Amino acid sequence: MKLAPIRYAAPATMDEAIALLGSCDAKVMSGGQSLMPIMAFRLATPELIVDLKKIPGLDQIVIDDQGVRLGAKVRWCDIESDGRLAQANPLLAEAIKHVAHYQIRNRGTVGGSVAHADPASEMPAIAACCEAVISVIGSKGARKIKAVDFFISALQTSLEADEVITEVLLPAWPAGRRWGFQEFARRRGDFALAGIAAFYDLDGQGCAANAHIAVFGASDRQHRLPGAEAALNGRPVTPETIAAAASAASAEVDPPSDIHAPGEYRRALVETLTERALAHAAK
Amino acid sequence: MNTRPGNSLIGSPVERVEDLRFLRGKGTYVSDFSLPNQLHAVILRSPEAHGVIRRIDTSRARALPGVHAVITAADFGARPPHIPLRLQPLPELAPFHQPVLAFEKVRYVGEPLAVVLADTASIAEDALELIDVEIAALPAVTDRASAERGDSILFEPHGSNRALVWTATRGDAEAAFVKADVVLKERFHIQRHAAMFMEPRGFVADWNAETQRLKVWGAAKVAWTNRRILATAMGLEETAIDMVELDVGGGFGSRGEFYPEDFLIPAAARIAGRPVKWSEDRREHLMCANHARDIEINVEMALAKDGRILGLRGMCYSDNGAYLRTNGSVGPRNVAQFMSGPYKIENIHLQTTMLTTNKTPSGTYRGPGRFETDFARERLIDLAAKKLGMDRAEIRRKNLVADADMPYPLATIQPFESVTELDSGDYHAVFDRCLKEFGWDEKSALQGKLIDGRYHGIAVGSFIEGGAAGPKEDARLALETDGSLTVHLGSSAVGQGLETIMAQIAADSMEMSFDRIRVLHGSTTHVTEGYGSYHSRSTVMGGSAILLAAEKLKDKIRECAAARLGCSKDDVTIDAETVRFKTTSLTFAGLGAEPIEVEATFYNKKYTYAYGTQAAHVSVDVGTGHVRVHDYLSVEDVGRMINPLTLHGQAIGSIVQGLGGTFLEHLVYDANGQILTGSLADYLMPTASDFPNIRSITLELKPSPNNPLGAKGAGEGGIIPVGGIIANAVANALSHLGVEPMELPLSPPRVWALIDAARRAKR
Repeated sequence: MKLAPIRYAAPATMDEAIALLGSCDAKVMSGGQSLMPIMAFRLATPELIVDLKKIPGLDQIVIDDQGVRLGAKVRWCDIESDGRLAQANPLLAEAIKHVAHYQIRNRGTVGGSVAHADPASEMPAIAACCEAVISVIGSKGARKIKAVDFFISALQTSLEADEVITEVLLPAWPAGRRWGFQEFARRRGDFALAGIAAFYDLDGQGCAANAHIAVFGASDRQHRLPGAEAALNGRPVTPETIAAAASAASAEVDPPSDIHAPGEYRRALVETLTERALAHAAK
Repeated sequence: MNTRPGNSLIGSPVERVEDLRFLRGKGTYVSDFSLPNQLHAVILRSPEAHGVIRRIDTSRARALPGVHAVITAADFGARPPHIPLRLQPLPELAPFHQPVLAFEKVRYVGEPLAVVLADTASIAEDALELIDVEIAALPAVTDRASAERGDSILFEPHGSNRALVWTATRGDAEAAFVKADVVLKERFHIQRHAAMFMEPRGFVADWNAETQRLKVWGAAKVAWTNRRILATAMGLEETAIDMVELDVGGGFGSRGEFYPEDFLIPAAARIAGRPVKWSEDRREHLMCANHARDIEINVEMALAKDGRILGLRGMCYSDNGAYLRTNGSVGPRNVAQFMSGPYKIENIHLQTTMLTTNKTPSGTYRGPGRFETDFARERLIDLAAKKLGMDRAEIRRKNLVADADMPYPLATIQPFESVTELDSGDYHAVFDRCLKEFGWDEKSALQGKLIDGRYHGIAVGSFIEGGAAGPKEDARLALETDGSLTVHLGSSAVGQGLETIMAQIAADSMEMSFDRIRVLHGSTTHVTEGYGSYHSRSTVMGGSAILLAAEKLKDKIRECAAARLGCSKDDVTIDAETVRFKTTSLTFAGLGAEPIEVEATFYNKKYTYAYGTQAAHVSVDVGTGHVRVHDYLSVEDVGRMINPLTLHGQAIGSIVQGLGGTFLEHLVYDANGQILTGSLADYLMPTASDFPNIRSITLELKPSPNNPLGAKGAGEGGIIPVGGIIANAVANALSHLGVEPMELPLSPPRVWALIDAARRAKR
């Protein structure tokens, strides 16, 4: 479990970092919490590691009328300790409590998690649920990518090899929005066997509107569940509506089987967790 | 029997003397130990589960700068050394001994193929990728069905994948089943899991060509036995080898057995002419250190309609993996011999077939065979109670061995006959104490109740824990010229607080103060012969040896004092580290110009049986299949406690390990014999926050009659009934659905699948 021979660079500017990334088979390192174990197992053997640690900025949580802007180097512990998020995006604050363990939350970063795109991770689930806009920069300049276009498959994104994530914007969170977050893992901090991030607003008649329900851990990527959302929109949020939405959710996932759980279990779990997330939202 | 004068430390909650060292980061584990000029070894392991080795070409690896040697089986002549069995060394098991490097065939993923020696472990790992290995793959044998089919055989000359059948008998099982009012017949399975001690294995070996002597650091558990095996394999005298025990981060039966690396690293040092260091990593550990459990239990229980258990019969199938390792028979044979546990079951005919498969070889893990067999037995008793409409506590009371029946003989196992008997105990008193402390009557109201989305259930069960394996243990005591006492011991430390316990026993028996005692143990340099730590034996065996040695030492001290004081040795009294004759006295410090030394041996043929009862309260989330443990209580009688504090820690730790095996831990293979749980992200261990509600009460009701301390091997046992009790509590919680778990682990997907199947059946 020793790394293969590797070169390491910690450039001081983003321009240098981008140039290095274009120069060879290189990989960006942020917190290193996923990349280092993968390299220790020699499952990834890049020629060069480009560590972002000396690049200034990228580590702020900015809350403005656009929403919550998470710098790519914002760590999970920064999110946990930011009291403003209870108002600005309580769904994010709740989700990040479930990320791994204390030590990992002290190093793992927003940009690293989004770029790694593990299908069972919380941050991509929040990005998918909230329709995040992901800002990236590379040799061809800066661009913004919608979450729905960003996550392609397990560990695959639309990020180019020489692009670096700079910011994840979660659009503004209106007061009165109802939300719920549920995940189930074998032990606290383990990867989710399945999870649901959900919110909706209430229209003038007290019915659900603008429902956003995203699933993680039960597909090859984090994505919204339009069938479940449709079952909720325009209806009063009763136990019957919730049950219908949960049933729709389980019908529109086709989870894979692995050593931790068969697909049929995950499908049932999606129904249970959707029901619980929406019940929390309706409370 | 010793009357234990001046007893003050034995039985006291003395804090571990080891802890200060460990907590300050001052422990020396084998990875902390290095020698100048050492090379680092890394081992090439088979990527195939089963196949014929066609070719191993190491030339490209040898050419890598920093690589010093690549060792293959060819370096050890026509046939590399094979590892003999330490326990139950039956000649009919010889065909299944493991070679130190794969020889002609590979039989499991992870089997050693070659050893690379390089300047650093990183370079050695780079070199692994440059070794060209050609293996002609054969179909993998990965379960009972494929083992019995026999279209692929691990050891062709043997002709089948059945290695041996163990048979446990007592009374007349067939007659008991004819008489029975009720017969239950069930199939149980306990999954493959392992000890997974925290500090992986490792060695540093140094060969001195001038003196032709070998020194090995990293010994554990059974240093003397391993020295004997190593000496034979290397063609050396035993006395030419020193095995040194450093700090050890956990054993649980698995660490310290003789593995291929126990030979390969010392042999590499001799070949290279330089010290060699090897540190196992966790991925290697998962596929190389002994696996355990993995047994199918097909058993019938015969009962009278009043609830008396009349007999047990059945056949078990143990998946032993690719080779028979040093103690690979212990678990399978224990399943057959100890299924009756603490219950009076007069008629038994139980067999275990050991099967060879293309998986990592198995060995003992805390409560070997007992965790498995207790799962089957305690489940059967609950199923019997249900069938007979009896109370689950009452049926157990009815069958527990009574105090008046002691000593109570258990089933006899064959081959390698072993006869044993329960030594002493008031099983009913401990049972009732457990129910009372648990609040059984109050909690009974919770059975099957749905509270906040979870169904609640409770269960209770009893167990026995064997300990104190013979044949003997040595202790050498030296009263140093400064008046301090050095204890040299054949027992070994695996993290259980041995130094503390032994110092307590030595201090009491010599009536000396605790801080004047130094305990040296586990290394072959300390005593002529030692047997080490397994089968919960250190305290009883090593401790009793200290008691015997102390009597001899006191005698010798009186002799020395008599010469100095000019009196008969019988007139000398010893008190508070001072010898006296009338009004004259000498302190221990001033007694002799040389240390006063004695050595004593404690022999033992009879095992001790600590015993206990445990109870659990769980709840089940039917939406996820998650089981929460609300309360887990263990009450155990250990005869005599040396240190309640360390024992309490071991009792809790043992239960946590049992809960790990019940809910989480599972070594998973695919049909090709590839191990799928290659890291601790996939092999799930209990963490500090998973099981917070565990209680343990230890009693001293019935001392063992089989040793002068009256102590029974303890600390191992908490794990033993956990699987059965938790499964019974889950069945109790879900009784409205008729869910009956027959397999472990009780992972959420498995529990959910049982619930789902029960609901479908009801529709």
